[in-house]
Amino acid sequence: MSSPAYRPPARAAIEAKGWIGANKWLLIRRAAQLGFLALFLTGPLLGTWIAKGTLAASLTLGVLPLTDPLMALQSLLAGHVMETTALIGVAIVVAAYAVLGGRTFCSFVCPVNMVADLAVWLRRTLGIKEGLTVDRRLRLWLLAGVLIGSVASGAIVWEFVNPVTMLHRGLVYGGLFTWGAALATTAAVFLFDLGVARHGWCGHLCPVGAFYGLIGEKSVVRVTAVGRDACDNCMDCFTVCPERQVIAPALRGKDKGVGPVILSRDCTNCGRCIDVCTKDVFRFGTRFRNSPSDALGVGADAGPADTIARAS
Amino acid sequence: MVGTRDDKDTVNRRGFLAVGVRAVCGAGLVALLAAVPAHRRAGAVALRPPGAVGEADFLAACVRCGLCVRDCPYDTLKLAEAGDGQPVGTPYFFARDIPCEMCEHIPCVVACPTGALDKGLTDIVEARMGTAVLVGHETCLNYLGLRCDVCYRVCPLIDHAITLERLHNERTGKHAMFIPVVHTDKCTGCGKCEKACVLDEAAIKVLPTQLAVGELGKHYRLGWKEKEKEGKGLIEGIIDLPDRMPDPPSIGPERLPGGGFKEFKP
Ligand code: SF4
Ligand code: SF4
Ligand code: SF4
Ligand code: SF4
Repeated sequence: MSSPAYRPPARAAIEAKGWIGANKWLLIRRAAQLGFLALFLTGPLLGTWIAKGTLAASLTLGVLPLTDPLMALQSLLAGHVMETTALIGVAIVVAAYAVLGGRTFCSFVCPVNMVADLAVWLRRTLGIKEGLTVDRRLRLWLLAGVLIGSVASGAIVWEFVNPVTMLHRGLVYGGLFTWGAALATTAAVFLFDLGVARHGWCGHLCPVGAFYGLIGEKSVVRVTAVGRDACDNCMDCFTVCPERQVIAPALRGKDKGVGPVILSRDCTNCGRCIDVCTKDVFRFGTRFRNSPSDALGVGADAGPADTIARAS
Repeated sequence: MVGTRDDKDTVNRRGFLAVGVRAVCGAGLVALLAAVPAHRRAGAVALRPPGAVGEADFLAACVRCGLCVRDCPYDTLKLAEAGDGQPVGTPYFFARDIPCEMCEHIPCVVACPTGALDKGLTDIVEARMGTAVLVGHETCLNYLGLRCDVCYRVCPLIDHAITLERLHNERTGKHAMFIPVVHTDKCTGCGKCEKACVLDEAAIKVLPTQLAVGELGKHYRLGWKEKEKEGKGLIEGIIDLPDRMPDPPSIGPERLPGGGFKEFKP
């Protein structure tokens, strides 16, 4: 960027690791997001069907059903018991994300993520500061509201507004390009994230992401700050992280005797922290390697320290 | 935030830009909220696919995945857009655009993973997507005394769901009219009749059954049916008097109210 005010958080990493090295997980993520979309689009565009349906419910290669678990729960609360096909789909999805990390859905599958990332990138580029402060727990309240609303109304209430399925359906069935609800909902998320609150939608409000977070509460695959002793406090990871509150406990937990694994259910496993860190502090690991001694370069002497943790 | 070690000018310029972007975004959000409900398309009635459970249950069951849409071989089904008259993303069809061809194996129902389209529907003749109603009594060509009959001819359940009933043509005084009559207990609501109607605006339309068919008060009893069921009158000892017909026209001259007789010149 030409403006002296803007220092891209990945600049140091690009200098240290090269452009590919500093964007590895970002590239993998974009490939995954577009790839999952492509699976749904080969049918309508080329006539070769791989995945049919939407992220709400789909059938891949005529055999693999997948169903959005929050959708199924709302349906149940609204008084409908889904058929076996859909329920098998729920079981597969829940099992996968319970291992891979619930919000891995957000980083690697959800199409809204690309919209939200574009908004936050523009924010950084244009120098727009935080904006409205929203409590991150609001998404849990919204989730509770959605569930109670489904009971009260007898309908799957979130589907009347859900940007995730609106956008996906709009892309897969073409409704996004006819100035309809899909475009309006997507634009609303974009404008909200750009002009109103930083990471406003995905980081604070989306009940779909919140629900996947709960599914992955105890998930196995986690980002771990194994190399935290090498951290030079450049803050680049905090700048790029969409859920930056999750980093500090792991990165700066040494003095408190906390292990290096990022355990918060809010972490989206996007791996952007891995990308931008010049010291290679982060990597993907499992939740089980999480004693303070699992961090590299720390001996058995690490234990509850008497020092007050640095402000974070 | 991090990395803001700029000179004052840049800060101001960037601050300005940020405020501008914010304002535009805020205005855009408000405009969007106002625009979406305004986006309405009047006209045809959006019908649900075969086997759809009742509308209230449908919104509890359908996840708007469109698998039914994908497997419909005639492209009958669509997912609703704002203004189509059904909640966004739910499957529907407009009979006048592409009616349901009543596929024997009902692929739409087979494809539905959730049960929003009831797997209990295995015979398409049992489907109830709506009910056809001949709404255009003043435009239907058969009502005008012609023999169009197109709706009757195209009906997959010809002579069951739709029949032609003969009425006297009062206009000419000497011809018959063949009135298409839909029988609600047989009509599947496929919409073939509405699609085929030759008028610029169809005189026969498929409506959601609740709109198309009245409903008697729960306490209503049809005397003649009850009697038939019982095999006798419902009230004991009732005397059935002979029915009196209207007086036969009098033969003589008509009396005037003021006295005297009409057309009687003494
Ligand atoms: S928080 Fe919601 S919108 Fe954002 S990526 Fe996750 S599921 Fe998608
Ligand atoms: S019965 Fe056949 S034509 Fe009718 S909606 Fe279903 S798939 Fe389409
Ligand atoms: S297949 Fe079933 S759940 Fe999916 S859109 Fe059609 S009716 Fe709804
Ligand atoms: S909608 Fe029309 S064509 Fe279809 S069954 Fe009913 S009367 Fe026949």
